[in-house]
Amino acid sequence: MSGTFVGMPAFPAAAREAVGDATLRANLRHATHTIRDKRARAVAELDDWAALREAGRRIKDHTLRHLDTYLVQLEESVTAAGGTVHWAADADEANAIVTELVRATGEREVVKVKSMATQEIGLNEALEEAGIRAYETDLAELIVQLGKDRPSHILVPAIHRNRGEIGAIFRREMAGWGRPAPEGLTDSPAELAEAARLHLREKFLRAKVGISGANFMVAETGTLVVLESEGNGRMCLTLPETLISVVGIEKVVPTWRDLEVFLQTLPRSSTAERMNPYTSTWTGTTDGDGPKTFHLVLLDNGRTDTLADEVGRQALRCIRCSACLNVCPVYERAGGHAYGSVYPGPIGAILSPQLRGMGSEIDRSLPFASSLCGACYEVCPVAIDIPEVLVHLRERVAEGGEVVRNGARITVRPAKGHAAERAAMRAAAWAFRRPGVLRTGQRLASGTRRLHPRRLPGPGRAWSASRELPEVPRESFRDWWQRTQGGPAEGSTK
Amino acid sequence: MSSRERVLARVQRAVGERPESAAEAYVREVPRTYLVEHGARTTAETVDLLAENLADYRALVHRTDEEELPYLLMRLLAEAGPDTVLVPPGLPPEWLAAADPVRLHDRAVSTPQELDRVGAVVTGCALAVAETGTIVLDGSPDQGRRRITLIPDHHICVVRVPQQVVASVPQALSRLDPRRPLTWISGPSATSDIELDRVEGVHGPRTLQVILVE
Ligand code: SF4
Repeated sequence: MSGTFVGMPAFPAAAREAVGDATLRANLRHATHTIRDKRARAVAELDDWAALREAGRRIKDHTLRHLDTYLVQLEESVTAAGGTVHWAADADEANAIVTELVRATGEREVVKVKSMATQEIGLNEALEEAGIRAYETDLAELIVQLGKDRPSHILVPAIHRNRGEIGAIFRREMAGWGRPAPEGLTDSPAELAEAARLHLREKFLRAKVGISGANFMVAETGTLVVLESEGNGRMCLTLPETLISVVGIEKVVPTWRDLEVFLQTLPRSSTAERMNPYTSTWTGTTDGDGPKTFHLVLLDNGRTDTLADEVGRQALRCIRCSACLNVCPVYERAGGHAYGSVYPGPIGAILSPQLRGMGSEIDRSLPFASSLCGACYEVCPVAIDIPEVLVHLRERVAEGGEVVRNGARITVRPAKGHAAERAAMRAAAWAFRRPGVLRTGQRLASGTRRLHPRRLPGPGRAWSASRELPEVPRESFRDWWQRTQGGPAEGSTK
Repeated sequence: MSSRERVLARVQRAVGERPESAAEAYVREVPRTYLVEHGARTTAETVDLLAENLADYRALVHRTDEEELPYLLMRLLAEAGPDTVLVPPGLPPEWLAAADPVRLHDRAVSTPQELDRVGAVVTGCALAVAETGTIVLDGSPDQGRRRITLIPDHHICVVRVPQQVVASVPQALSRLDPRRPLTWISGPSATSDIELDRVEGVHGPRTLQVILVE
């Protein structure tokens, strides 16, 4: 995975910086609190939520276990419907395939609908090198692109920017990319949205090549599904002559019917809506409607390595709703950039180190970017036990063990030189047994405790203030976990 | 080895032996204990719920009957003010009989720029989902190509009730044909990208009017 942000400091340092940034924290706090309450209401409307969540979990687990079968079936269905399927083992292969496909059209620009997979592989940069300009069309992505910034949230990549900052970026940068911001543009969200509409419209109308990801791919029918709000997705999916979709192999589901689960759980979990404004589905190409040419690039890039880990593979169930980010006390304090990856928050803490391997300092530190409060698991619509995977990965960092990298089984040695991590583990154990360290929080609808630390919880403390650490019993993390069942500190109030 | 073979081989190594075929395991492993529909409603109540949920996401909802439909369309188009209306090939001609606007037909050779000069589009739909306040288009002759409901700023969609109304997402999926390109629309284009506040109107039609016709 080439998505490591260059020069990214490891989580603790980046987080410490972010925690000190008052504007960033206020932006994040406002945004995540707004959305988490709305989500709870949207979910409460469905009295079979638990059953939908369980069905989602099972569909994904089943698909992962038979992933080879479903990928081959998907390939057949897409091909039969007029599409062309390409396979990419890693980011470089995927970028090369897409670059070649765009080159073959003779075009020098493409319009893009927000896609985590293409960010993960650094597609825009690869296209840029080949002299092809990629225009991001999602409002938040546009803000990020114009602001020469990095995304900080899965759903709302510019969540760290408030309206004043966005207005300033538009007024300053739009002219350099095409139609300038309207005269006298203010910071009202409606005017900002209008400015984006005008700026992007000419690009949509002349675009010959569109690039997308997909939320789901149906093996049985060869159908791809994109959920969105703004209509930029529809523009990219229907106006260009050529459509190229880059999709992670874990996005496949077996049947059309399976969508009935995710089309109910995803919008409510992500934007807290009964349904998002627009959902597009397409199967290959359709005569006389939409792109004449459709390419699907199936991306591995560390996913099969993740699949090889029996505990860690559940991260591949993720449907990228971002609910876990919005409830996470660490994310709220540290912000998305601290995670050093396109996948921030709790899911990023377990996904990035698995997709990229634990070769870098940031990836070794990510499993510690959590207080293990469990709020992420509680809201996850596919029931990913993020704390369980975090603990598993912490143990891997500290004690070493067998992992699969690029399809080959290797043994990683314990991170002997990484005293900080070991200290962090002890710190976490210590913090969870001391109610005073973790402040109490309001309850989620389900009754799970959510913790509002005043400072970064255990691990963060370890990095920033390791000298203050008290002695704790020598105990492996797993022993500690089993003994305490990972529960919050005894004595902490609800 | 091709990348295809390499990826498939990695999957096989990662998951190990599987005693059952995917098809056999699927039936056993995927429970469908969730509801087909939330709550028990009469047909009329389901239509009411559709109207309520459409309005909740800022679609403008009108209710009428076959006879009044042309006059309602006349009024809505007059209020909106566009002189040219984009129409799909199979729109029932009587719908626009009273309004009698200049009709622009979307042809395969029409460019997006040409369509961008049109103020409004009138279509039918494939079905509507009450629980979520969603209309679904499937490209049938009364709905046209996907682009015609995307480029104009004003979309008027006619839903025949109760025939075209289903209660829930599961019911909708079982009635739809996945081979057709589908567009599910729940309210006008919107964004929550600025401070997670919903703002209507980005790239799709900023006005969505839904007419429920009995
Ligand atoms: S891990 Fe779960 S809650 Fe987090 S983004 Fe993925 S699906 Fe959503």
